[in-house]
Amino acid sequence: MTQRSENAPEAAVIAEAAEATEVVAAAVPGEAAAPDTFVDFRDAAFTYDGERFVFRDLNLTVPQGQFLCLLGGNGSGKSTLAKHINALLVPDEGAVEVFGCDTRDAESTYFIRSNAGLVFQNPDDQIVASLIENDVAFGPENLGVPNPELRERVTRALAEVGLQGFEKHETNALSGGQKQRVAIAGVLAMDPAILILDEATAMLDPRGRAGLLRVVRELHAAGMTVVMITHYMEEAAQAERVVVLDGGRVVLDGAPEDVLVRADELRALSLEVPFACRLSLALRAAGVPVAPCIADDDLKEELCALRSSR
Amino acid sequence: MRLAFEQVSYSYAGAASRKKKAGKKEKRQADWGNAPGEVWALRNVSLTVEPGEFLGVAGHTGSGKSTLIQHMNGLVHPTEGRVTADGADLVDKDVAVSVRQRVGLVFQYPENQLFANTVYDDVAYGPRNMKLPEDEVDRRVREALLLVGLDADEIGERSPFDLSGGQQRRVAFAGVLAMEPEVLVLDEPVAGLDPLSRADFLALIASFHASGMTVVMVSHSMEDLAALADRILVLSEGRVFALGTPAEVFADAAALKAVGLAAPAPQTFASALREAGFPLPRALYDEATLAADIAAALGCGDGAASAPDGGGGRG
Repeated sequence: MTQRSENAPEAAVIAEAAEATEVVAAAVPGEAAAPDTFVDFRDAAFTYDGERFVFRDLNLTVPQGQFLCLLGGNGSGKSTLAKHINALLVPDEGAVEVFGCDTRDAESTYFIRSNAGLVFQNPDDQIVASLIENDVAFGPENLGVPNPELRERVTRALAEVGLQGFEKHETNALSGGQKQRVAIAGVLAMDPAILILDEATAMLDPRGRAGLLRVVRELHAAGMTVVMITHYMEEAAQAERVVVLDGGRVVLDGAPEDVLVRADELRALSLEVPFACRLSLALRAAGVPVAPCIADDDLKEELCALRSSR
Repeated sequence: MRLAFEQVSYSYAGAASRKKKAGKKEKRQADWGNAPGEVWALRNVSLTVEPGEFLGVAGHTGSGKSTLIQHMNGLVHPTEGRVTADGADLVDKDVAVSVRQRVGLVFQYPENQLFANTVYDDVAYGPRNMKLPEDEVDRRVREALLLVGLDADEIGERSPFDLSGGQQRRVAFAGVLAMEPEVLVLDEPVAGLDPLSRADFLALIASFHASGMTVVMVSHSMEDLAALADRILVLSEGRVFALGTPAEVFADAAALKAVGLAAPAPQTFASALREAGFPLPRALYDEATLAADIAAALGCGDGAASAPDGGGGRG
């Protein structure tokens, strides 16, 4: 795969990228991890200054199609980890493989970057053009996508983020939430196989946040692999898997309903627990026999059942 | 200091026409002329920020929150109406200059505005601009850093850009505190922080208020506003949608939802349970009072006795 992307003309690479999901699954070499592994950190270590390691001996795999949420306090290594997934950073020790390619292999960088789309926190930092369609087209155009297809991709990407028909709108007149959706559309137009969101909802208001999360969930339902970094537990509760980092180590890893109810451990890691969990714990302390849970509706149901049984 | 908004309206187009009158460059006029119609960021806003109070400001993106607080130290002036500080109109340049030293404005992501080579110089920038003697500047810098939990001797000579995000924000706060403002105006002060740093910063802000400072805080977190604010102002499309105590403002969850906001989680959950027949009498719930009243309603344990206070749920 690396070989092909090295010598092929750009347009051909893109055509491959469009089918990246299948191509990758088929092309993973035998000695690598299981064929459906998209991201594989193996004993990875990284340091910015040669002294302090952001992470060390990090092992983490993300299978194709998973919706993974990465949690951790400020400085726990989340963003550094995210930048390893599209080879913006490469490990100093150990290895990171993305789509079966070693990220340190310079010949794979182009392939990895065009298939692993990264969305950052600040929407204003990520808008490059004054018209929405130009902004969304920026990535694929740079990849050499020819025009009829380019236009299709822009239209499709905007539809995927709920901004169909906004092609001719000016980017500076958009709200933060809309800008962030344009930023995601710009990434989607490159036809990535994995979407990485690094606190992409942090600067949005509740309405913008809910809209963005809905888009991410729809993309995941359609087969996209998603790695989402967030501080909002209510967002984490909607993922398939939650991984908590502390000091560059994976300290908790599991389904949200198992991880997010571990109040004491999460608080010790400078994280919160979702409201429903906090309330269910307070209720248990007050003698109400409810199970710790992470969804308001579940707790309400349980309480109503208790009430009608008394 | 008492800050009063008297029927304040603000229009970006209005700002342009004022510039036009002032004879700014013609190119700029042409740009402004393309602005689509009259866009009012604030419409007929009247309110008073009382000395010593903690006023929370809520409203979804584009509701006018940032424009409102920029009026509080004369950074922008009303297109119509006026803003006064202890009765003096901020449109007067001398008034605005003196008010700017007494009203400290902390913008969103204030760490983006750090610029000096050392933490010390960054915090000292404001006091030095006030032409204070260097020993007074030194006292203020040390005190301001101490207030935000940093030690001038330890961190003063470091570059602010080598610090963690949370520390950078503390330094930026210190830069405003070194002006020793009477009124502290904060635009989303905890945005982007992890939950622990968020709690630390909110405790810090609560301590400023407890020490007598007037605090105006813009926040998307209704939980934070409910816990900290004496009064909450809700803006919608530039208008005052609601202004009152947290219990008053959060009583009508449906109305809040209509303007893109949600009541705090305990409050929302309480109203859902109320609809399901639970007797929950308080006007404003937090987690502790809600758990206690649910326990009481279900006749479990000694739930009712463990309620922290009998009153408004702010204990």
